[in-house]
Amino acid sequence: MAVETPKRYIGKPVKRKEDLRFITGKGLYVDDIHLPGMHYAAFLRASYAHARIKSIDTSKAEKIPGVVGVFTGEYFRDKVAPLGTAWALTNADLKPVTWPVVAYDKVRFTGDIVAVVVAKDPYIAYDALDAIEVEYEQLPTVVDPEEAVKPGAPQLHDEAPNNIAFTWRFQGGESFEDLERKADFVIRKRLINQRLIPSAMEPRAAVAAYNPGTEELTVWVTSQNPHVHRLIMAGSLGIPEHRIRVIAPDVGGGFGSKIQVYPGEVIVSRLAMDLGVPVKWVETRRENFIGTIHGRDHIDDVEIAATNDGRILGLRVKTLANMGAYLTTAAPGVPTILFGLMLQGPYKIAGVDVEVKGVLTNTTPVDAYRGAGRPEATYILERAMDLVALRLGMDPADVRRVNLLDKAPATTVTGLIYDSGEYKKVFEKALEIAEYKKWREIQEKARKEGRLIGIGISSYIEMCGLAPSRIARATGFGLGLWESVLIRVHPTGKVSVYVGSHPHGQGEETSFAQIVADELGVSIDDVEIVHGDTDETPFGMGTYGSRTTPVGGGALALAARRIKRKARKIAAALLEAREEDIVEGEGKFWVKGSPDKAVTFQDVALAAYTADKLPDDVEPGLEATVFYDPENFVFPYGTHVCIVEIDPETFKPKILRYVAVDDAGVIINPLLAEGQVHGGVVQGLAQALFEEAVFDERGNLLTAGFNDYMIPTALDVPNIESYFEQTPSPHNPLGAKGIGETGTIASTPAVVNAIIDALAHLGVDHIDMPLTPFKIWKALKGKK
Amino acid sequence: MSQQGEQLVKITVKVNGRTYTHEVPPRMLLVHYIRDVLGLTGTHVGCDTSNCGACTVIMNGKAVKSCTLFAFMADGAEIITVEGLASNGKLHPIQEGFRENHGLQCGFCTPGMIMTLYDFLNRVKRKPSEAEVRRAIEGNLCRCTGYVNIVRSALWAAERMYGGGGGGR
Amino acid sequence: MYPPEFKVLVPSSLEEALKLLKEHGDNAKILAGGHSLIPMMRLRLVKPEVVIYLGKVPGLRYIRENGSTIKIGAMTTHGEIESSSLLAEKNPLLQETASKIGDLQVRNMGTIGGSIAHADPAADYPAALTALEATVVLKSLDGEREVKVDEFIQGPYFTDARPDELLVEVRVPSLSGRFGTAYEKLYFRATDFAIVGVAAYVEVDGGAFSRVRVGLTGVGDKPVRARQVEEELVGREASEASIEKAADLASEGLEPPSDVRASSEYRKKMAEVLTKRALTRALSKAKGG
Repeated sequence: MAVETPKRYIGKPVKRKEDLRFITGKGLYVDDIHLPGMHYAAFLRASYAHARIKSIDTSKAEKIPGVVGVFTGEYFRDKVAPLGTAWALTNADLKPVTWPVVAYDKVRFTGDIVAVVVAKDPYIAYDALDAIEVEYEQLPTVVDPEEAVKPGAPQLHDEAPNNIAFTWRFQGGESFEDLERKADFVIRKRLINQRLIPSAMEPRAAVAAYNPGTEELTVWVTSQNPHVHRLIMAGSLGIPEHRIRVIAPDVGGGFGSKIQVYPGEVIVSRLAMDLGVPVKWVETRRENFIGTIHGRDHIDDVEIAATNDGRILGLRVKTLANMGAYLTTAAPGVPTILFGLMLQGPYKIAGVDVEVKGVLTNTTPVDAYRGAGRPEATYILERAMDLVALRLGMDPADVRRVNLLDKAPATTVTGLIYDSGEYKKVFEKALEIAEYKKWREIQEKARKEGRLIGIGISSYIEMCGLAPSRIARATGFGLGLWESVLIRVHPTGKVSVYVGSHPHGQGEETSFAQIVADELGVSIDDVEIVHGDTDETPFGMGTYGSRTTPVGGGALALAARRIKRKARKIAAALLEAREEDIVEGEGKFWVKGSPDKAVTFQDVALAAYTADKLPDDVEPGLEATVFYDPENFVFPYGTHVCIVEIDPETFKPKILRYVAVDDAGVIINPLLAEGQVHGGVVQGLAQALFEEAVFDERGNLLTAGFNDYMIPTALDVPNIESYFEQTPSPHNPLGAKGIGETGTIASTPAVVNAIIDALAHLGVDHIDMPLTPFKIWKALKGKK
Repeated sequence: MSQQGEQLVKITVKVNGRTYTHEVPPRMLLVHYIRDVLGLTGTHVGCDTSNCGACTVIMNGKAVKSCTLFAFMADGAEIITVEGLASNGKLHPIQEGFRENHGLQCGFCTPGMIMTLYDFLNRVKRKPSEAEVRRAIEGNLCRCTGYVNIVRSALWAAERMYGGGGGGR
Repeated sequence: MYPPEFKVLVPSSLEEALKLLKEHGDNAKILAGGHSLIPMMRLRLVKPEVVIYLGKVPGLRYIRENGSTIKIGAMTTHGEIESSSLLAEKNPLLQETASKIGDLQVRNMGTIGGSIAHADPAADYPAALTALEATVVLKSLDGEREVKVDEFIQGPYFTDARPDELLVEVRVPSLSGRFGTAYEKLYFRATDFAIVGVAAYVEVDGGAFSRVRVGLTGVGDKPVRARQVEEELVGREASEASIEKAADLASEGLEPPSDVRASSEYRKKMAEVLTKRALTRALSKAKGG
């Protein structure tokens, strides 16, 4: 019998354990790695977005003192296998498009690498880039996916006729044709989900060192998933997986862009082996904009079949997803599985019909960016709700009331089983906190004074905690989506926890320690979380898809419970009592009725190693490894409300209030969860208001720096009010759901809806993002 | 970074209380001097357009972007980097503020943010308003926090430094 | 990124600087605070052979009143202008403009001389300096000359300075009497260059506008005065109604650029809106508001 140990840490706003090193400048990022004899690589990127390489003259560059070598595609062609995608969608006619790490015949976007310089000093390496002469034969360029699929369009890859990388179709529930017949009207609208650039503050980087004596390659790389990096790099480099050690030290944000295995880390690895010196490469910010993956970029043609009482019966969506020039690691799954299956949202929609064409263009590859597919789905649904409201003259809140599912569990027409949640309750709570009714009154008054105030609502649900493996595999994902953990209790009772997750800002060095400390009844100060090193941690799938707490944390709880069971057995032996008579609490064990004769967790840990008093069926040592594969996804949901006012002369929008009410199940650390919401909401509202990657027709990225690509500053964004409901998920041992992406998913349509709401009386029903003052002005032109 | 025959400039700089003399090539950026020559890697490089502020250090009492200065321009200057903020093992109130208020996530922008706020809070000498803090850090980009907790951290630190009164303009 | 190699010359007097400039002229770039030049060098868009660094030249960093003129040394930073109590009282337009440039760190290093000499068509100072009918002083070994700012700036990144000339001083009027000024800057994201910027300076006498100056930036190759607005308003009743009518003339004859952010037409419209706002705020200050 166990006394219910009070949770001393879970649910508490515990301050982060990892902060001290960052606030004192002692974080260790890849660029901070310095090895004796280290050389520096710099990459010459393509001058054109689509061209044949006729010749490359490296002779001048090679003569520059300090330059060790210049290497072109021919050098790598037979030494390194090209990179493919790890998400080979099934039933989608996916084409085997691959990415040579250094281009040898032609370049397909301006981020393609055409030559690599290795020099003793980075300044010299960049001097040498300027001295390389490449002769190109320019080819016609295509950047617009609609143009790319037309007959006669420039072809990127022989393997993908008409530039179509895949066609994915899903039809669930009643057919759209049937629902169209039942509907009172159908709204048809083209919605553009513009291309975004993840822009983690730390650029990507890699340092590789090879020991020819042990035949071991060590690679420090900015990665969200070091084991995945190791696995794919082993394949590309043709060296055994166990001879590669991948270390992802402190990683300065990822947002999906550090999931992928890129040419950079493969190139420096190969060169470190060939040259016998450590080689470092750090991306410039411009390279990050051009060569690191982008996100979103959909053209969604949406048909909404609805009734006169505001009910949306069915959705039909035809999507052109711009995949860029190559299919990167997770890319095909993003605009399909993570998008199409979420098109029912938290609503009672009876039929969803979606067809997605993945289109190749002469642009930067598009892959998972925070939210990945789910923001695009939510955007369609939330715009649809407001379009129906506008059409019927209904309050957008009432349209949602008509459509919302009441509560979970619920099975969707797309085949998902929503785990837990009180959808309507949370919706009403958000409206109440945001004072929805009051703002409607303020809005009406303001309109009479010529002021433009708008109220936007976004009710979302998302699928995260990416797992389980059997579903991931069924969709063509290259690996399972479980997570691993090794808990090792040392003889002194201190605990090291080796996790396959790899937090890079989310704070699991603290929240995971909270879980272990509570489960084992030890102090949080006695628990350390180790992550990011393939030589130390068990094979793990990494941190993305809001999976670290529900999946990695789930593994952690199970492993801790396994430790606890063994600890009880040892405690019973030490106390010479039967196991069932042992009572535990606050890190101690005692025999029922004799709390004064307790043994501590530390006593038990020591006994596990001295091993002289162990029961016959108990092995020495105290550690547990768990590979945990959840039964299902988790489904956080919530409602966000945004109030904006638009300057009636400059048309500059200002967010007056932003309220987020999210239910992400059991919250391990409210301080960290709130931080995730803040950051997520701001990234999402940045899509609504500021950010857009723009290519010219030749495939040049016009927004290739923070000066042109508008990441918002502190002055551009409002305070974010974050509230939680906590409905435990039955799908994992902690009852937790993911919180990393909810903000980004919810906020984009909340802000757009608010702005359109402010303009609706002037005859505007939609403006494509980002809603800059210029675009708002343009939409209103001639409407007053 | 010096090519054969390239000019070298002798500079003397006081960094975190210690005086250094080095010969540097003219084109060496101050941030590379701090990171690669002095080994103080708490100062980061986040962009090449002077927008992100991750490289912010204090030079002669003022926050500057060390990626937008050549090292030779710092000759004779006194520099404080994030490594030099704590004194006698005691964190500066701004550092404490970030830890107390979850003012950082990935930590990459954090040193620059802290150094900018160091200049700003030393300058205003009172507890500023939220809007003033937001304006002060407009030259420091953060992609993780949405700035909410950075602002809280700054206000917390200001209260430690100057007491709760005022509340700014 | 990593700037290309160059040779640096560090003069310790103005005369030495002018000598070096004479010697290296065309192949040299002048380095002051570095906030225009270094970003271009880092992206290798500019590759000077020689850089002449002014940081060790004494006597280029000052703000002082000289009769009806305020003289500002070229090496004076935006931050120093922003926090100058002299300018706060006697030329608040320049002070307000400086406070709206870039960000805190940029203002700590960037200099007024460097900014003007760089002649970015969307820079903030030129609007104010045009409205103030300010001048710059150019010095060379052959002597010095004073040029009006709107003549000095000839086009994007293109000025009237000869290769051997150094911009050493900016001269703005010391304002007095019943005057008011305002700088309105429209940006989509903080710290960016202006989409449009409008500086206004008005004087009021006996209920009427006695002097009106409006300078615009971001609306073309170089800063311009909205002369039609000025002419329309002088002598008229000093009221918002007069401004409302006149402000629409601000876009007359303008051909602002179209780019990723905004169209020419939007910029024209904004020139009118910001002119109205700048004048309104300036008027309210002139009236003691």
